[in-house]
Amino acid sequence: MQERTYEKYFRQNRLPHIWCPGCGNGTVMKAIVEAVEKRKLPRDKTVIVSGIGCSSRASGYMDFDTLHTAHGRAIPFATGIKLANPELNVIVITGDGDCTAIGGNHFIHGARRNIDLTVVLFNNAIYGMTGGQASPMTPLHKKATTAPYGSVDRPFDACQLASAAGASYVARSTAFHVQHLTDMIAEGISVEGFSFIEAVVQCPTAYGRKNKMPEPAQMMAWLRDHAVLQKAWDKLPEEKRSDKFPIGVFLKRQFEEYTKAYAEVIASAQGGKK
Amino acid sequence: MTEMKLMQGNEACAAGAIAAGVRFFGGYPITPSTEIAETMAKKLPALGGCFIQMEDEISGMGVVLGASLAGRKVLTATSGPGFSLKQELIGYAACAEIPVVIVDVQRVGPSTGQPTSPSQGDVMQVRWGTHGDHPMIALSPWTVRETFDAAVMAVNYAERFRTPVILLMDEIVGHLRENVQLPNASDITVYPRRRPTKSRAAGYQPYEPEQDMVPNPADFGTGYRIHVTGLIHDYTGFPSGSPVVTEKFIDRLHRKIAIAQDEITHYDEFFMEDAEYAVVSYGGVARTAYEAVRKARAKGLKVGMIRLMTIWPFANKIIEQTAEKVRAILVPELNYGQLKYEVERAAAGRCPVSLLAKYNTLLFTPDEIVDGIENLTGGRI
Amino acid sequence: MMKQLRLSGSGGQGVITAAIIFAEAAMREGRQVVQSQSYGPEARGGASKAEVIIDDAPIYHPKIIVPDIVLSLTQKAADNYYGDLDRNKGILIVDEDLVPDIPDFPRVIKVPVTRIASEQVGKMLFTNIVALGVLVKISKIVSIDSARASVQKRVPPHTVEQNMKALELGYNAV
Repeated sequence: MQERTYEKYFRQNRLPHIWCPGCGNGTVMKAIVEAVEKRKLPRDKTVIVSGIGCSSRASGYMDFDTLHTAHGRAIPFATGIKLANPELNVIVITGDGDCTAIGGNHFIHGARRNIDLTVVLFNNAIYGMTGGQASPMTPLHKKATTAPYGSVDRPFDACQLASAAGASYVARSTAFHVQHLTDMIAEGISVEGFSFIEAVVQCPTAYGRKNKMPEPAQMMAWLRDHAVLQKAWDKLPEEKRSDKFPIGVFLKRQFEEYTKAYAEVIASAQGGKK
Repeated sequence: MTEMKLMQGNEACAAGAIAAGVRFFGGYPITPSTEIAETMAKKLPALGGCFIQMEDEISGMGVVLGASLAGRKVLTATSGPGFSLKQELIGYAACAEIPVVIVDVQRVGPSTGQPTSPSQGDVMQVRWGTHGDHPMIALSPWTVRETFDAAVMAVNYAERFRTPVILLMDEIVGHLRENVQLPNASDITVYPRRRPTKSRAAGYQPYEPEQDMVPNPADFGTGYRIHVTGLIHDYTGFPSGSPVVTEKFIDRLHRKIAIAQDEITHYDEFFMEDAEYAVVSYGGVARTAYEAVRKARAKGLKVGMIRLMTIWPFANKIIEQTAEKVRAILVPELNYGQLKYEVERAAAGRCPVSLLAKYNTLLFTPDEIVDGIENLTGGRI
Repeated sequence: MMKQLRLSGSGGQGVITAAIIFAEAAMREGRQVVQSQSYGPEARGGASKAEVIIDDAPIYHPKIIVPDIVLSLTQKAADNYYGDLDRNKGILIVDEDLVPDIPDFPRVIKVPVTRIASEQVGKMLFTNIVALGVLVKISKIVSIDSARASVQKRVPPHTVEQNMKALELGYNAV
């Protein structure tokens, strides 16, 4: 059996976690620490910042400097940490409601600034902690406690949003595709600039039960059957895409990173230029 | 002292914050506070500091809290509408005990109100605006020179008590230019960032209070691997649902300020030796009140003045003493009546407290306050 | 002895800058000064008013009660701001081209400040410094040398020469 070296990154005295049996959040949390290990990030120079919601409880279980902020505000806090001390590696854990509803403005502006954060969005398509309300990423016609007849609000594609707003790296994976997910995050960490990884996770309790997938295994199977690797997706005819979604790296590009750009402002100000 | 300069209140605020060690500013432009952001944008990079203009008022607050946790002394500045938006994260700073100074250059409200006109309408907003129970420190300067000192003090208190501190300015002083002489850097006392006093191995707990009831959570990146949350937490920093922990926590937040209240309560007394009436005033309005009191004295009225610099925690003691001594108190305010009710509470029936309220965008004239004093005295000399 | 000066015009005419420079000149001569302003939401074109109070003792109430001098560079400013001048001692200075309807006031000084700026200095931009020159001469509060030193310090370096010329022209126009 493979040695579970990533376990050292958890605060053992804070476990077990609060997530429901069958929840996908733990899988993504593990993928993050494996990515951290893979990238050999110095633990005392790595900060985990989260918002509010099920996903955002992850910060408390991870043995780094960790910050559990207010609802939607993880990216502004993370921006302050990174800009105040650019030698820190800053990873943001957020959810679909946290990141694209209440924190939507901060999300696009973080991407616009291209500050060196790795943002991992745990997308369970629902507000899990408060019992299953619709989020901006709940698919059309799916049910939620606040969309009892099915949601008529068109959902966001957070990856396209991040791309359009100026991120340096954008990728998606799922809690079913564990190794792929870890790779996506690890690559995001190595990119200097705003990196965004959407991790689609199963929420059997708040989402699955309302949408005919009450068993965790059913949701995992759904992830398996509906996620399509980017290359295959590109070849997939429009009519066969229907409720499927692509996974993989959608975007990787180089722009000047924000703290580097600001270091030049400092140099210029200190050089006496006006 | 440094050389004499003509300086605006908002510039003096920025200069004071920098003198106290602020090296990070985040915020969003809003009249009448914008000159503070503009001054910081220009000056901070030359000192190796950072200025960042954020997408909104909320992120302006979030970004400085992040920077503070990463070890910088931080400032943000706004006006009433922006202050309203910052409230949730001000509560976060109180709960997670993050040092931060928020400048509120007050303007007429409610809502967008009168953006370029003076007001003192945020006295209660800064005290009670966020949800839940926590104390607040707010300082309100009356001159450009004192704005510098108040900014230094605000940063020092934020660091010492690990709490949000409000620099409650108004448009009068914020936009006023006066000749000032600032102190030399060597004459300014700066409170350093608090650091852990023990190692992780020796049982360090980030939220365990020291003797002064203030804890020393370590700056991020210094090897302590702490957890910071806006949930009620125990000494470890991790959330606790315990009623005992919750009660002790909220008690401590209040007590850490309460035990230092005398030290952080600043006020001036003018002409109070033989005063039979008193004007209690603060901020830019106190300038007019002072002139009015002098004019009333010239008419033979035995009136004095208490000028409050510390607005919160409220200066109960001096108001109690004053109310004991005088026949009546007048509180002129550029609002519909806010601090007057605190003065009345502290006076506790020892003497009547009258409000002189003005909320039409204009300052009081000295004569209006003289009239207020005369009404108070009933013409008695 | 306290002196109270009000400079008024429309946004963009630079009356606030002129007030600041005047205040700095008085400060240079060891006087106590406060300078304040009020303006509308417009960056250009709205009403703009700047005040300077000069005294030998500390100044508390920061706004003018009874002005000694009001300078108005637009008709609207003249109409709005001359009213509280002391009818016996006060002086109203107006731009003679931009204030065609002179308010009914005993002592009005008409100077073509904007015309001097555009025709003799070369740009309307220097109107405020021409007006400052007029104000220095009429008010007798600060010396022309102190005014020169303050202009030198406040204006962008590449405009010092033209601003000095504007100051002299204003000073010599009355």
